[in-house]
Amino acid sequence: MEVKNLTCINCPMGCPLTVEIEAGQVVRVSGNTCKRGDVYARKEVTNPTRIVTSTVRVMHGKLDVVSVKTKEDIPKEKIFACVRALKSVQVEAPIHMGDVIVKNIADTGVDVTATKNVERQ
Amino acid sequence: MNKYDIVIIGGGPAGLAAAISAKKNGIDRVLILERDKELGGILNQCIHNGFGLHTFQEELTGPEYAERFISQVKELDIDYKLNTMVMEIDREKKVTAMNREDGLFDVQAKAVILAMGCRERARGALNIPGFRPAGIYSAGTAQRLVNMEGYMPGREVVILGSGDIGLIMARRMTLEGAKVKVAAELMPYSGGLKRNIVQCLDDYGIPLKLSHTVIDIKGKERVEGVTLAEVDGKGKPIPGTEEFYSCDTLLLSVGLIPENEISGNMGVEMNPVTSGPKVNESFETNIKGVFACGNVLHVHDLVDFVSQEAAAAGKNAAAYVKKEHTEDGAGREISLIPAEGVRYTVPSTVNAARMDEKLTVRFRVGNVYKNCYVSVYFGEERVIHRKRQVMAPGEMEEVNLSRAQILQYPNLENITVKVEEDETNGSKESDLH
Repeated sequence: MEVKNLTCINCPMGCPLTVEIEAGQVVRVSGNTCKRGDVYARKEVTNPTRIVTSTVRVMHGKLDVVSVKTKEDIPKEKIFACVRALKSVQVEAPIHMGDVIVKNIADTGVDVTATKNVERQ
Repeated sequence: MNKYDIVIIGGGPAGLAAAISAKKNGIDRVLILERDKELGGILNQCIHNGFGLHTFQEELTGPEYAERFISQVKELDIDYKLNTMVMEIDREKKVTAMNREDGLFDVQAKAVILAMGCRERARGALNIPGFRPAGIYSAGTAQRLVNMEGYMPGREVVILGSGDIGLIMARRMTLEGAKVKVAAELMPYSGGLKRNIVQCLDDYGIPLKLSHTVIDIKGKERVEGVTLAEVDGKGKPIPGTEEFYSCDTLLLSVGLIPENEISGNMGVEMNPVTSGPKVNESFETNIKGVFACGNVLHVHDLVDFVSQEAAAAGKNAAAYVKKEHTEDGAGREISLIPAEGVRYTVPSTVNAARMDEKLTVRFRVGNVYKNCYVSVYFGEERVIHRKRQVMAPGEMEEVNLSRAQILQYPNLENITVKVEEDETNGSKESDLH
């Protein structure tokens, strides 16, 4: 049996959670003081995901970089692959919030979109 | 001289929400003065997500949250001036400002809303020995460099302080290829939100050392490393606990200070705990027609609450301009007194004749409290007694007062908000929640 320790992020309590996993299945969550801790722990050990935010270079814009995000959350282990893939990306101004900057980033099936408008210089 | 009904100092989240609210409450002549080259304030550099959970029930990034308000300002045709620095406001609400197009100019306002935000506490306030090498940045400066200007301040980073901006930058610098070695916090608890500790430090294996501080900075031209030490209960370094970390960058995330030079000079009465103006239930300062909201009033953790407060300030400023404000002398000015674990309250006074049916009082506690009660006393009588599993200085708290309930106490002078550790008071209690 595998045991994982987490800190719950649902409220300032920050309950120390212990998750017991057997054959890939969560068998028990303990340490939580409410239901939300249980839900968080199960998701976090079986399928942890995050929204990733970063910036990419802008050519001929009023700003030199534009902020971007993954349109949805992506698997946690893909975070660095996602950021690496964004490193070499350059976009041409103007850019509008919501514009797709990279399609299917790091084979996650999720697009990276701009989170800011950048006008042309 | 230019004349406006309401002039708003600052075009960040507070100024934007205040302007929109003032306009929607029937005021046509509203002007926002912003010193940066764009509206949105600090949100422009906060590219991470997590904004707007309360307001929009979705997780936006800072620029996206700002845009929702900026587009409304434009749709409502609210005037604003960018690259404009306000120099002075006099007691008659004449605002003196300057920019490159207009030079030095005056604007006469009927009401003023202070929404200047806050700035970061700098190294000079910390008394860290050592030279003054390059490589020491406030976390927010580093955030601006990385997120807006596209520069990396360094490759090997130590962070002093566990404020939210420092935590966010620990993750951001890691993703950009830096090695963040450690975050040190002087206090025995973190100053940041739990979510940020987990998602910005734990996710990337960055240790957080509580009760630790930087006692020396090595390097003359450029930071070469810092020495951390554990501190005792009085914040004094404990000999023998020193540890050296080589690094080229030290980020400081050691607190935010409301920017109130203009407010102070015009005679606005300040609260020494928040370093922000003292306000009544309408977010009005001691000067009639001068209102304050957002981080210039007290430093917030969540922008949603800034927007809420600012909208209330904008609405009340509109009422003042339209002379709908209740006359002086109506109702009683009741003092809100923070006690026993509660460091301050916003507002500082409440008058039932002016308040809405419900008033949210926001406050911070001075320590970590577990299984405690937030209690509100009307005079000697306890009227609210609410169990809280945990309260921490890094997370703003709130309690709601009801107008109907206050009106039941016609001679009420003081409302006290306090933390109570256990059940000692046997008086009848009611819970408004």
